[in-house]
Amino acid sequence: MSENLITPENLVYQKTEAMTDRILHYCPGCGHGTAHRILAEVIEEMGIQEQTIGVAPVGCSVLAYYYFNVDMQEAAHGRAPAVATGIKRVFPDKYVFTYQGDGDLAAIGTAETIHAINRGENILIVFINNGIYGMTGGQMAPTTLQGMKSSTSPFGRDTKTMGSPLKITELIAQLPGAYFVTRQAVHKPANVRKAKKAIKKAMEYQKLNKGTCFVEIVSNCPSNWKMTPVQSNKWMEENMFPFYPLGDIKVPEDK
Amino acid sequence: MKELRLMKGNEALAEAAIRAGADAYFGYPITPQSEVIEYLMANKPEDRTGMVVLQAESEIAAINMVYGAAGCGKKAMTSSSSPGMSLKQEGISYIAGAELPCLLVNVVRGGPGLGTIQPSQSDYFQSVKGGGHGDYKLIVLAPATVQESVDYVKLGFELAFKYRNPVMIQSDGIIGQMMEKVELFEQMPRVEPDYDWATLGKKKDQPSTFITSLQLQAEEQEKVNLRLQAKYREIEKNEVLFEEINCDDAEYLFTAFGSCARITRKAMEMARAKGIKVGLLRPQTLYPFPTEAFSKIADKVKGILCVEMNAGQMIEDVRLSVNGKTRVEHFGRFGGMIPNPDEILNALEQKIIGG
Repeated sequence: MSENLITPENLVYQKTEAMTDRILHYCPGCGHGTAHRILAEVIEEMGIQEQTIGVAPVGCSVLAYYYFNVDMQEAAHGRAPAVATGIKRVFPDKYVFTYQGDGDLAAIGTAETIHAINRGENILIVFINNGIYGMTGGQMAPTTLQGMKSSTSPFGRDTKTMGSPLKITELIAQLPGAYFVTRQAVHKPANVRKAKKAIKKAMEYQKLNKGTCFVEIVSNCPSNWKMTPVQSNKWMEENMFPFYPLGDIKVPEDK
Repeated sequence: MKELRLMKGNEALAEAAIRAGADAYFGYPITPQSEVIEYLMANKPEDRTGMVVLQAESEIAAINMVYGAAGCGKKAMTSSSSPGMSLKQEGISYIAGAELPCLLVNVVRGGPGLGTIQPSQSDYFQSVKGGGHGDYKLIVLAPATVQESVDYVKLGFELAFKYRNPVMIQSDGIIGQMMEKVELFEQMPRVEPDYDWATLGKKKDQPSTFITSLQLQAEEQEKVNLRLQAKYREIEKNEVLFEEINCDDAEYLFTAFGSCARITRKAMEMARAKGIKVGLLRPQTLYPFPTEAFSKIADKVKGILCVEMNAGQMIEDVRLSVNGKTRVEHFGRFGGMIPNPDEILNALEQKIIGG
């Protein structure tokens, strides 16, 4: 009976070709899976799977090269924009992206992030900001909110001694080399659609050679926030979004 | 066609990189090697061959750009001097772990720390023994002339791609800064990469390629290490280079590498003039080390003086090679000081002949 239902006209959704069949290692409720999927869908829809080279970071998405069905390189912690620069400079016609978390991009890799964008490298940087070091077990990140608890700020982030949460996206948007900068989320279907649109725009801009495109995705970390997935998304809306407001931060003027 | 020029070591090396068909150079200024990137920028390799030259924001970024370009199967290189080379060590370990070919140049200056801008050989340990974390080896070439700096660029890229391993040219402030007559090899074409290990863009109906130095399972990481070690044994078997001068009748032996070997050669000539039968064994590859050659000559000489512009680094490999068969002593000047032939000859007489 059910076999009769599996027909082409009933097909409403299928896994994108630009992802492999490997089972994701991400925790239940984590935003990485969705972020991977929409980026992969964009690659498939644009028909650029064979012209795309990705760079994986160090962090929860260190194994991203197992999941994206495109050629990839695994960079040292924070160095993805430098690795991507090396790739793009020798293969200017390829689509090059990095996929990085907040510790990777906004702490140890701050210099590489700022200077790659300042050179206007024609790459896409996808930045997942969940305000915590996920892979190493929930330590304070540069983007951890004021008062937010982590394993290295067990009484909450005290900005007097630990610094303030870093709005790296607003910071890099100031650079002439940044062409398109936006902040999105993937916790609700409407947000997923918007985020995917933004990634697609960013990837398409890469053809123009006008500079770096930067898509931040504010995301959750149920495991290290010690919440259920539903609680974590609610907490994200109530606490992360007011400090990291969603929307475009820099859009091309010369379009 | 023979092309002779009078060139500064650093500039000749840069010219050799263009001629060797290098695809990309990523660097950061530091004395005494800044002429490498200056020469490249001034000579527009982008127009000559399509070679990319980029000044990075740091040595760290530069070595990671090399990683990215090397991962695409391209001939990529960087150069620096000692403090900058320390910064690159993380990236070099990743490149060795991911088995990517590339060329590294260290125009060594005195250390530790910010040290001095004068020439030194105090990075022997860093180059030869690993520098970064993990069990890995660089192939290390030690030029003693501007000519060898040029020739080793070509050889370095060949070895890097033959073994998919980073190759280091360990030069120093003398070789980098002095001008000498040099014969340049002809322009070689840049090659479009077609390697199954490189990220060239996924091929249709084939699995994607990825470059990584990560194996979370210890069993898998051990396999990586075993593969690396097997490769190093091959390199040790095939790629040892050294020069022997006046060794046939030698009763004593000098050993030195790079610029220091040239000064030591003068000391050898002075000793010979005094009737002291001394030879010179100059390792041209610091890794793989000419262990066999030292072991052989140790059977017939009464002692070996290892002359280095450091506090005694290569001497450890000499002693391991000699394995107690003859005495091995060290003479060194360091911190940017250069030994003169008189003091080297004096050291031979004091430490080896009279010792």
